[in-house]
Amino acid sequence: MVEITSPRFKANAREALADKDLQRALTKVPSGFIAKRAKAREKLPEFDALRDRARDIKNHTLAHLDLYLERFEAKVKENGGHVHWAADAAEAREIVLKICRDLDARTVTKGKTMISEEIGLNDYLEEQGIEPVETDLGEYIIQLRKEHPSHIIAPAIHVNRDQVEADFRRVHGHLPQDRDLTAPETLLGEARGILRDRFLKADVGITGANFLVAETGTSIIVTNEGNGDLTQTLPKAHVVLASIEKITPTLQDVSQNLRVLARSATGQDMSVYTTFSTGPRRADDPDGPGEYHVVLLDNGRSSMLGSEFEEMLRCIRCGACMNHCPVYHTVGGHAYGWVYPGPMGAVLTPSLIGVDKAGHLPNASTFCGRCEEVCPMRIPLPKMMRHWREREFERHLQPATQRWGIKGWAFFARRPALYRAASGIAMRLLGAMGRKRGRFASLPLAGGWTSHRDFPSPQGKTFQQQWAERKR
Amino acid sequence: MSARDTILATIRRSLKAEGDEAGRRQAVEARLAAPPSGIVPKRGQLPHEEQVALFAEMATAVDATVERVAGPGQVTQALSRFLRERNLPQAVVRGTDPYLAGLDWESVPHLRTKTGIADGSEEVGLSHAFAGVAESGTAVLLSGPENPTTVNFLPETHVIVVEARDIVGDYEAMWSRLRDRFGRGTMPRTVNMVTGPSRSADIEQTLLLGAHGPRRLHLIVVDTP
Repeated sequence: MVEITSPRFKANAREALADKDLQRALTKVPSGFIAKRAKAREKLPEFDALRDRARDIKNHTLAHLDLYLERFEAKVKENGGHVHWAADAAEAREIVLKICRDLDARTVTKGKTMISEEIGLNDYLEEQGIEPVETDLGEYIIQLRKEHPSHIIAPAIHVNRDQVEADFRRVHGHLPQDRDLTAPETLLGEARGILRDRFLKADVGITGANFLVAETGTSIIVTNEGNGDLTQTLPKAHVVLASIEKITPTLQDVSQNLRVLARSATGQDMSVYTTFSTGPRRADDPDGPGEYHVVLLDNGRSSMLGSEFEEMLRCIRCGACMNHCPVYHTVGGHAYGWVYPGPMGAVLTPSLIGVDKAGHLPNASTFCGRCEEVCPMRIPLPKMMRHWREREFERHLQPATQRWGIKGWAFFARRPALYRAASGIAMRLLGAMGRKRGRFASLPLAGGWTSHRDFPSPQGKTFQQQWAERKR
Repeated sequence: MSARDTILATIRRSLKAEGDEAGRRQAVEARLAAPPSGIVPKRGQLPHEEQVALFAEMATAVDATVERVAGPGQVTQALSRFLRERNLPQAVVRGTDPYLAGLDWESVPHLRTKTGIADGSEEVGLSHAFAGVAESGTAVLLSGPENPTTVNFLPETHVIVVEARDIVGDYEAMWSRLRDRFGRGTMPRTVNMVTGPSRSADIEQTLLLGAHGPRRLHLIVVDTP
């Protein structure tokens, strides 16, 4: 199970800032992703209209989610596949284990799936004596490092090349120690060679799903490496892990969403492999998996419908929000303390594990609004972070000083005349006290500010006084 | 209550959907029966000859190589030449696809062909596309008795034969062709949309070609004389 460290966000962030390797790796986040997305958007004049369309499709789907899920299930069955419903993580793990046990599976290859992270599948399978092998290069690297993804589409973005080299030398001990691994190409080649063998010998292949299509009973994966395809094609069974909101009505609707997915994620027009899977191998097919299973995970999502967090269920996991987030750029993904980092994680995590554990995350925002600006599904992330702050306040989850501070401020803010008078007095007082040095090295109740920098002493009149005078 | 029933009941409760069952079902049935096509980019809305050119241009932009030949009679020689220029063995694995089977193999006696699935030992896979999509330079491959999926992923080099007449402007046009062939709501086991050779940028965001799938993708676009 992924250990939840979201309650320690502040300490995590401090550690992240002091971690030189991490800071070195994070410099590459804004430089790559942002420019690539901007260029892809520029090349497609219809891009923003497609975002509106993608939003509308998902809203329609969510409003009829039960019916589309039923249709999807019926179509999967019609094609000889199985659909398993899991209300929570434990049920999902049990379902996967049973499929593996029924096939006497010993190794399981895995394409990239965030649902697997959400349900803590790898540790669970290992405990049960089944070996999970991550095959996406980034996922493989972090599996070797016994870490978790720090980004939803670039899981090893926090790792530097020299660290990967050290891990490969440590784990691939059977290869000559004097081999040259200085170029990323050689690292990729080595991973390809090692994993090729695992693909061919695996008993079960597990992938995620970018979309599920109700019209046809199809699951879709979008990848660049081809690992997902080898994972699902070669073993005896293909298991798809998907959360319930992945449903899309038709192939037409999926085409609309595909046009915004890769552009928002990596700046590609299309990812290299977009693969549509419908049922197990057919009677006359020469290859393909003998069994096809879809595990539909709820894990709290059905309760988000109809709430102020419903719009979060439109998310297609492109990662654009974190790619553009100044907080993510500074602390990386692990500081968020669970599976989903960045702005989408700051909204989704409290929904899935509780605001009592993840209340810090919606506070870790500058409210600059870039996440909403770039979201292909037009999810109002800042607005929803504010909702979480309100809930946190209502449930008395913040420290007493903060609550009293806010209450005190609210008292004055509701009484403008009193506010102006009080702030005028306070500023004059502070100005008089600080006249000599021009700044304060410490101030009561302002330690959060003064522990890192001086507080300048106020000079002249308050903003409101100046504004009033200018208007005259 | 089963997990299924619990989840569906929670969804209905959260959506406050109890009142309007018939209206909701009708909305769903209507969309499935006549899917609205949405926004189709102008980029691919071109005369057919320009769609073929755009397909080649977009595929080249994502690191595929493209050769256009005048007719099916030239495909095997173009294939053999491609292999020679890349220093690859004159041997390919392919399915029993009738179009591929009907190509002029006799003119390239040195080119060995294995028919059936790929098992990882072959260096070059040869496939016949169901369609090409101009807007992104994407080749669309269908699995079936004559078209194994392993051929598309295990060999290091993948050669796809795309008939120019199968190139369409956009994904929507491709789906409507698929529906014409298989019927509404029916799909082959696997539809692979392939856009360039495999790649990874998982190490320091450095883009490298040749991850787990093919390192090279070569498209032979064939005109129908």
